[in-house]
Amino acid sequence: MVNIENLHKRFNKNIVLSGVDLNITEGGIFAILGPNGSGKTTLIKSILGMVIPNKGTINVLGENIKNSSNYRHKIDYLPQIANFPNNLKVKELIKMIKDLRGDTNEDERLIELFTLHPFLDKKLGNLSGGTKQKVNLVLTFMFDSPLIILDEPTTGLDPISLIRLKDLIQTEKAKGKTILITSHIMSFVEEVSDEIVFLLEGQIYFRGSISELKNKTNQPDFEHAIASILTENNA
Amino acid sequence: MLKILKYSFFDLMRSRWSYVYFAFYLLLGIVLLFLNNDLSKAVITLMNVIIVLVPLIGTIFGVMYYYNSKEFTELLLAQPLKRSSIFLGQYLGVAISLSMSLILGLGIPFIAYGLFKSNAIWDFYLLLITGTFLTLIFTALAFNIALTNENKIKGFGYAILLWLFLAIIYDGLFLMSLVLFEDYPLDKLSLIGTMLNPIDLSRTLILLKLDISALLGYTGAVFKKFFGTNFGLIISFVMLVIWVILPVLRIVLKSKKKDF
Amino acid sequence: MKNLLLFFTAILMAYSIYAQNIEVCNTCAVSTLKNAVSIAKDFDTIVLKKGTYKEYNILVDKPLTIIGENYPVIDGELKGEIITIVSDNVTVDGLFIINVGTSYTEDYAAIRVRKSKNFVIQNLVLEKLFFGIYLEKSRDGKVFHNKIIGDAVEEYNSGNGIQLWYSKNIEIEHNFVQHVRDGIYLEFSDDCLIKNNVSTKNLRYGLHFMFSNNDIYQDNTFEKNGAGVAVMFSKKIKMLNNIFKENWGTASYGMLLKEINDAEIIGNTFEENTIGINIEGSNRIIYKNNNFINNGWAIKVRGACYTNSFVENNFLYNSFDISYNSKINDNIFNKNYWTSYTGYDLNKDGIGDVPYRPVKLFSYIVNRTPETIILLRSLFIDIIDFSEKVSPVFTPDNLLDNNPLTKRITW
Repeated sequence: MVNIENLHKRFNKNIVLSGVDLNITEGGIFAILGPNGSGKTTLIKSILGMVIPNKGTINVLGENIKNSSNYRHKIDYLPQIANFPNNLKVKELIKMIKDLRGDTNEDERLIELFTLHPFLDKKLGNLSGGTKQKVNLVLTFMFDSPLIILDEPTTGLDPISLIRLKDLIQTEKAKGKTILITSHIMSFVEEVSDEIVFLLEGQIYFRGSISELKNKTNQPDFEHAIASILTENNA
Repeated sequence: MLKILKYSFFDLMRSRWSYVYFAFYLLLGIVLLFLNNDLSKAVITLMNVIIVLVPLIGTIFGVMYYYNSKEFTELLLAQPLKRSSIFLGQYLGVAISLSMSLILGLGIPFIAYGLFKSNAIWDFYLLLITGTFLTLIFTALAFNIALTNENKIKGFGYAILLWLFLAIIYDGLFLMSLVLFEDYPLDKLSLIGTMLNPIDLSRTLILLKLDISALLGYTGAVFKKFFGTNFGLIISFVMLVIWVILPVLRIVLKSKKKDF
Repeated sequence: MKNLLLFFTAILMAYSIYAQNIEVCNTCAVSTLKNAVSIAKDFDTIVLKKGTYKEYNILVDKPLTIIGENYPVIDGELKGEIITIVSDNVTVDGLFIINVGTSYTEDYAAIRVRKSKNFVIQNLVLEKLFFGIYLEKSRDGKVFHNKIIGDAVEEYNSGNGIQLWYSKNIEIEHNFVQHVRDGIYLEFSDDCLIKNNVSTKNLRYGLHFMFSNNDIYQDNTFEKNGAGVAVMFSKKIKMLNNIFKENWGTASYGMLLKEINDAEIIGNTFEENTIGINIEGSNRIIYKNNNFINNGWAIKVRGACYTNSFVENNFLYNSFDISYNSKINDNIFNKNYWTSYTGYDLNKDGIGDVPYRPVKLFSYIVNRTPETIILLRSLFIDIIDFSEKVSPVFTPDNLLDNNPLTKRITW
């Protein structure tokens, strides 16, 4: 599904990724974890073509993404912070994205699901963080693409919406889709992900299932396992 | 690209700044006309104002729009769209809405005052054409600055500096070098110096219209050919077009390599 | 009724006895003008019928009236001067004269009047000429309604349309002169009136005065000449209500004044000239009620000009209003209207509350380095002009219009 070879990226003198090799197979939920500044977002943005690598190749669905934009039709992306043009109304934003990507009817159902009806005529600048995130989710899930990338999907969500989100992720997984997630909420990661990829100092430190991680670090639960990796490497 | 242009344009049409800009020109037009009571004089004053003000507004507005629409840009970048179409679309959106504000803002009071019955109409057309060119050029330059500078404050700083340089400092240096080297034949040099600055270039177009009698007083074959025939007009327009194309090309190239 | 008819017949007969009509045509008994002149008695009328007469060196030495019917052509075949008048009281009317000879030693003219009085030259059409109408030491004559169309290319081998030399009290009206060296040229000629003429596209000047005094020229139009009018070394010339237009070029002026004293320049329009008026060594001149429109320089003062007054003129949209090449000013500027005036009029009396300074620093710079003209209307130039305005360093600091008007003057 996604195949990354020897990926290098630095911003000026700051080396963010140094030789990442990653092969993500079709189907399942992958969590990309790591401390702040470990390169999670850079990795995701590289896959999306928003960050141009210094070195290395990225293939998505068998196609090299360099200088190409069409492959993004097959990706649904949820950006980290839901920053939208403030002048637009929610309705207009949805319409615009549909105009840009192609028509879909899923939006009705999702708006219902996240109870966004009262906000449709409001401008995005006037919405709360949580509501914006819901809009963000609608925009992501309304298309039916084989690859879904979620950057911090839980930010600002209330408990009910969080449950709905988890359900949504599971139904997409059941359809055989590949889902990449980054999150700081370990319980969420533990609950939804099949496999984790742990980034540290620009490289993949660990890849495998959660139980494998627990074994490796000799810790009883996931949160402590992560913490032990971080303390070990900082010491 | 057209879709992006459409959304940028409508986004801007809704922003308060377009109205401020529009209202400013409307007011300028009305004040000049109804205080002066003289269409030709108003057009001449406007020309002097336009060649300085349009570049300033173009750069500031371009830089501001770029930084303010960062979110929108990022949203678009994740969509299956070419980068060049995203940025060109946004650039055209800004440039066209600014030009529209200029054309409508000045056009309405002048038409209301009876422009079509006046012989100043060609001067006025020239004014609008130069204004539009300057908007296209300086918005493109502004996008270049913003694309190269992540830091908003720095970007604004450079934008103001660019304007200050091209509108004032350049002419100062130009004048100094002409006076310093007055013993040498300077007519080619002075024409080349003019071509290299879009503000000077637009000024030349206006000179061709308003000050042809004075320009023909100078003894120089090159000058004479430039100002005495259509040659000058054609060259000036070609150079203006090049001045639009070059920064736009750089937008395309720069945006291809940039990380977001 | 019968008596009246008889009376007229008697008069006509008396007249024809006294002054005879001689008809000239290609098939008549008298077939050349030269022949007609030689057989004519004083005060006869020679009528030239339509046709072509190949003649030159026709000497009119007695008072005659020569009239052309339907513009007969007199073709000089480039052999020399065509008609020379050396008698008083000669009238020449309605001829089409072409192909005057060109010479480097003699000024051949289509018609020359030499040492004669009371002549009338009217309704002539002159083409392919060297000199057109040449008045030499003559006086009290009239030159009306002639059309002179030359084909001059170089100054050194072309002549003037109408030339006056040591002539006095001549009236030159309603003539049309084109494509010669000087349209109308006066040298040592006083008390002449030049009125309602149109002089265009001439190589050098539309109208040219040298050492001529007390002349008046008014209501003429001078367009697209090398320079409109040159007035040199002359006194007490009145220049009224003329139009000077589109005299473009390096040394082109609407009007050039050199060593002129006590003249009046009133009611003229200077439009789209490179330089409206160029003044050198001219004193006590009154400039009033003139319009200066869209000129490169409305007025260029090149020094040694004293006690001139510029009052109630309109200066409209000129690139430069006034240019001085020195710091000294002895001329008065008062109550003019300047479109580039930016002051205000708080008490609404039609006079701006701040004096206007018509000489800009930039005009001084352009005088020094002509190429800098390309920076006209630049913001930088506006800034240095402004600082010069606040504290004059290079331009005369007493050169001010203390009462600039806020509305265009009409008269």
